[in-house]
Amino acid sequence: MTAAVSIRGVTKRFGTDVTAVDNVTLDIVDGEFFSLLGPSGCGKTTMLRMIAGLEFPTEGSIQIFGEELALRPPNKRPVNTVFQSYALFPHMNVEKNVAFGLEMRKVDKAVIKEQVADAIEAVHLKGMEKRKPSQLSGGQQQRVALARALVNRPKVLLLDEPLGALDLKLRQAMQIELKDIQSEVGITFIYVTHDQEEALTMSNRIGVMNFGNLLQVGTPEEIYERPVNRFVADFIGETNFIDGTVADDGRIRIAGGALVYARGDAPAGADVTLTLRPEKIWIHSRGAADLDPERNQLPGKITRRLYYGESIYYEIELEDGTLVDARHENIPSLQRRDVGDEVTITFHRQAAEALVS
Amino acid sequence: MSVQEGTAHRPWVDKVLTVNGWLIFAFLYLPILILVIYSFSDSKVVGIWGGFTWKWYNRMIHNPEMMGALWNSAKVAFISTIISTVLGTLAALALDRYRRWLGKGAFDVIMYLPVIIPEVTMGAMLLIWFTQILPVNLSLTTIILGHIAFSASFVTIVVRARLANLDDSLEEAAADLYANRWTTFRRITLPLIMPGVMGGALLALTLSLDDVVITEFVQGPGASLLPVYVFGLIRRQVTPEINAVSTLMLALSMMLVFISLAFQARSISKSKNKEA
Repeated sequence: MTAAVSIRGVTKRFGTDVTAVDNVTLDIVDGEFFSLLGPSGCGKTTMLRMIAGLEFPTEGSIQIFGEELALRPPNKRPVNTVFQSYALFPHMNVEKNVAFGLEMRKVDKAVIKEQVADAIEAVHLKGMEKRKPSQLSGGQQQRVALARALVNRPKVLLLDEPLGALDLKLRQAMQIELKDIQSEVGITFIYVTHDQEEALTMSNRIGVMNFGNLLQVGTPEEIYERPVNRFVADFIGETNFIDGTVADDGRIRIAGGALVYARGDAPAGADVTLTLRPEKIWIHSRGAADLDPERNQLPGKITRRLYYGESIYYEIELEDGTLVDARHENIPSLQRRDVGDEVTITFHRQAAEALVS
Repeated sequence: MSVQEGTAHRPWVDKVLTVNGWLIFAFLYLPILILVIYSFSDSKVVGIWGGFTWKWYNRMIHNPEMMGALWNSAKVAFISTIISTVLGTLAALALDRYRRWLGKGAFDVIMYLPVIIPEVTMGAMLLIWFTQILPVNLSLTTIILGHIAFSASFVTIVVRARLANLDDSLEEAAADLYANRWTTFRRITLPLIMPGVMGGALLALTLSLDDVVITEFVQGPGASLLPVYVFGLIRRQVTPEINAVSTLMLALSMMLVFISLAFQARSISKSKNKEA
């Protein structure tokens, strides 16, 4: 595996007291769709801008295909960017916008014409060549921005929340289209987003950031199923947190004294927090005969029921008062539960992750 | 009636407001209208219509002093506009772009001073500067410098307003697409702030063509500008020739203001499009 982008100990400080990116080390593989995910202000955009050359790191090294360019200006880097606001040149039509990068590189005029036409066709904007950006819808502007970057055949394409300004339906359609385009052109995409669902569905790998730190890098499954800390578990999807301590036999003793199995390698006696996804919890009637003894079991009482259409949320109060959310698909074979029902919740021994707190 | 009780229509209010509007209009423009009309009157006395004539315009054209002043005005306006537009635009760019540099705050305030301080003060200061400090001979050059000194500020203000609406990421996008700084300025920044630059230039041109006070202070012997010449003429005698030259200047100024407004309107509609 070649590293398309190799980031080593990169730190970015603004002034003396703001550290936007703090000692990040990361390898992005050639051809992968990599997402930088985190809440606003976590440093993901600054990280992207340093790869683009729009900011220079205070410390550290950034290499693209082995070439050191941490301090090289943006116009001399083999990367292109799709900006959050698209940054289309308002005084140029679609064609001129897309041709800009090739013109700057003094590509032959006939070649420019051909490649621009191809790029515009690739993003389904044929017939709009002469329109100004102001005459296009948000989705169309987004495609122009994409074509304008891709036409240059960059080694790495950087995308800064490119779908943020679109409405939900269009965003979902563009997610699929972006993913298709990426597998077609086969170049590395680095995608900045604060939308965890977007990151999960589109990425080969995700890097989760907070307060300038890179907390976890992994596939969507790894990030979702095996978060390394409470922040990652909480930021990606929904989850329940249950406090406990590791008992001598490796099980987790949770408040109320019950012992449950969970993944994790915290030593005996350590304080841990269990993270348990709502969809992994099954609800059974109290005293049901068919309970699987291999599953963790906890008694509780339904305290809330929220009907979401495709799913139903139940809030269950465990015996010690801890509240746990469970999500059930809305399928007819599952028994309806109501507030006040005495139940037993069960979850797989591998379902909960014990995080050292 | 019952439907729109809250916003009941009161016709008399409309009438009063209409009359008020016309009164203000008359107060502002009646003198100008009379001046224009009597510039075509074949009578030496303003107030008596002597029939239509081009006589005063003809006499104006054949008055070498007046034509000399007009030519001087054109020269001064042209040169001072070009220089103040370049300087003003550069200052606007510096103030907008560079977040912090030594003395930026002070420069920002000082830039507005020529707009605020009385022209008399500025004229006197410039006169002292030229005669006492630099010692140079007063000439058309000192007038040009004087005009640049105040119109550059106006250009800066207009261009800065335009720059403030400019998305920073456009220049970043150009850099990302391999454009160097100069190309970025030439292909992206300048075309986008051009309406502001042109608006500022027209403002500078109008101000220079109209200026009396500062010119009066810093002009040299025998090299006057049209507004100052007309002012001097009135002190000696009021002739309909003045009406003619005033009408000409009025037409020129109005033309420039309309062009300037057209540029600004275009930039406004553009930025509106951008938001939509």
